[in-house]
Amino acid sequence: MWSSIGARLAANRRLIPLAATVSLFVLAYLFGAVMYDGMRDPQIFLNLFRASPFLLISAVGMTVVILSGGIDLSVGGVVALTTVASAALLRAGGIDPWAIMLLMLAMGMAIGGAMGFLITYLKLQPFIVTLAGLWVARGLSFWISDDAIPIDNRLYTVLGQTRILIPGLSDPVTKVGPFISIPVILEFVVLLVAVFALHYTRFGRTVYAVGGSEQSARLMGLPVNRTKMLVYTINGLCSALAGIALSIDVSSGHGRYAPGLELTVIGAVVIGGTLLTGGVGYVIGTLFGVLVIGVIQTLIQFNGQLSSWWTPIAVGALTLAFIGIQSALAARKARPSARRNRPRESTRENPALQGESA
Amino acid sequence: MTRGRPSVSWRRATQSRLFFPLAILAVIMLFDLAFDPAFFELEVIDGHFYGSLVDIVRNGSTVMLLAIGMTLVIATGGVDLSVGAVMAISASVAAILINPDFLEVSRDAAYTFTPLPLVIILALVVATICGLWNGILVAYWNIQPMVATLILMIAGRGIAQLLTSGTRIQIFYEPYAWFGNGWIVVPVSLFIVAALYLGAWLATRRTALGMFIESVGINARSSFYSGINEKRVKLVAYMFCGFCAGLAGIVASSNIRTSDANNIGLNLELDAILAVVIGGTAMGTGGRFSLLASVVGALVIQAITTSMYAVGVPANALLAIKGFVVVVVILLLSAQFRDVVERLGTRKAKAA
Repeated sequence: MWSSIGARLAANRRLIPLAATVSLFVLAYLFGAVMYDGMRDPQIFLNLFRASPFLLISAVGMTVVILSGGIDLSVGGVVALTTVASAALLRAGGIDPWAIMLLMLAMGMAIGGAMGFLITYLKLQPFIVTLAGLWVARGLSFWISDDAIPIDNRLYTVLGQTRILIPGLSDPVTKVGPFISIPVILEFVVLLVAVFALHYTRFGRTVYAVGGSEQSARLMGLPVNRTKMLVYTINGLCSALAGIALSIDVSSGHGRYAPGLELTVIGAVVIGGTLLTGGVGYVIGTLFGVLVIGVIQTLIQFNGQLSSWWTPIAVGALTLAFIGIQSALAARKARPSARRNRPRESTRENPALQGESA
Repeated sequence: MTRGRPSVSWRRATQSRLFFPLAILAVIMLFDLAFDPAFFELEVIDGHFYGSLVDIVRNGSTVMLLAIGMTLVIATGGVDLSVGAVMAISASVAAILINPDFLEVSRDAAYTFTPLPLVIILALVVATICGLWNGILVAYWNIQPMVATLILMIAGRGIAQLLTSGTRIQIFYEPYAWFGNGWIVVPVSLFIVAALYLGAWLATRRTALGMFIESVGINARSSFYSGINEKRVKLVAYMFCGFCAGLAGIVASSNIRTSDANNIGLNLELDAILAVVIGGTAMGTGGRFSLLASVVGALVIQAITTSMYAVGVPANALLAIKGFVVVVVILLLSAQFRDVVERLGTRKAKAA
């Protein structure tokens, strides 16, 4: 088995970052288990998933955007806005909580769609549009409320507090033992849908093609504009879903929630082996990217002496390291060196090809 | 422009890079005047000027400092999201140097552990190193500027927190507070802005550096082939931006006599980017820049902020308005959008 994995790695360089991430995760966890008794508890392992639903959902959306060659910095803002808006609507009362959730998803899609429109049809730079989206979303959430709004709703409590015991590990009679929560199931559903959509549908192949080279995708007659619109809309949907998962988790809403989520999510995607320039990567890698960040957080907690501020620093350092690995791999591919020196001008494509948008 | 034939001088005025920011500034000022008739009044107390206008200029000094540095970075085709975090780092460094034992607060207004010039120099050196880091990532590692600087934007506040052990350090040393609170007829911070502007203007317009920066922004590859060391030009731009952010951090912490790693420079990268964009330097593509237009852009931002506070918009909600302004300004400046509008115009004309 090991030799076949080795052979696959040798045959496919693209799997190297993914393999590095998986081994990093395993090694970091083993290191923790050796160092700290507490980390051998299966519940701590499951807590990696319980702590991360909103992170993974958001990271899956971001993976799709980055694969298509774009970027979305607005995720933290949209997540915060979703928590505040749903908390405010729940407090106002009169609307069914399920309807509120649907409303939030629609809102996320609307924000993502609006940004996608500006990026795709008006040819604005993705990062400045989504940066503005971040500010608008955060500003709007403070407009709704300056303070945190608690959520006191039965549905949210049930969704947040229900414990799903793990068969074989827990005792079903006394209801003690390792468990996961409902949002964990949601995060895996999102992940599976993304894996299916990216690897087994026409849309997924178009996303990879657009990320690889937008010009070639256009020349092949692929629906580039529609796909880009769709990608940002999907990420808006994922951000809203992540916001719902977060509000279920913390039972409140505030504009300051999910600070710096952009970096964490982009970091998770990059650590998961996706190339920032688009077109290369696997959504399953993102799961391990999120898990690696989770292990780092857990290790910092177990250490007890390190300040929690080490987490963003560690995430930043790891992101850099993986960007370094990837550019080293890209350099070894012995492509014409011009590719690396070329400034980012792929978005300003040949004027002759802009017919579709006209 | 299609309506009638405007006179040559009018057209020249509207095509100047300063026209757009000055026009917005005028509109906001008129709005303020309608809201508060005493808006333009200047008072002279003890030989110092006071008034709403002076307030705008004084509170805008940090954004002006940031905008000058950000202009050069954006002109090279990049962006620096980390300026707010670098401000926090330089403020923390300064505060620690003044009083390393910050848990034992010394309320002596004349006490400082490190001599003042050394405090300033070290804080600026640390900020410039932050810029150097960004520059290395962008120019030599070929990481997209937005991602490279995002790392320092998030991690930088963590570093500032680690430096100050997560506490808010009060600064009692009076000479340090002079930078943000002193007056020589007009606020001292204005002289700092003027000096920085003059230095930047001389460096970019009296040497070839400005042209190098513009050429790297327009086309890095052909600049490289024309013998410009484009990587080093980018590096210099990011280092200068870090230096400016350090200066802004000193002025800001001196003004509030506190170093607060969480809040100093919070969201100011937005203001700086917005100022540069209003000043007409193209975001993302780089190229031609005007330092003066960026400074006027910074004044526009501060005027908007002051006016919104006057109307009663909460500080945090202001972000949303600024975000909208960014999108609108970029839309107005984008060629694609102008094409669409022009096409709509001709279609209507044909129909009529």
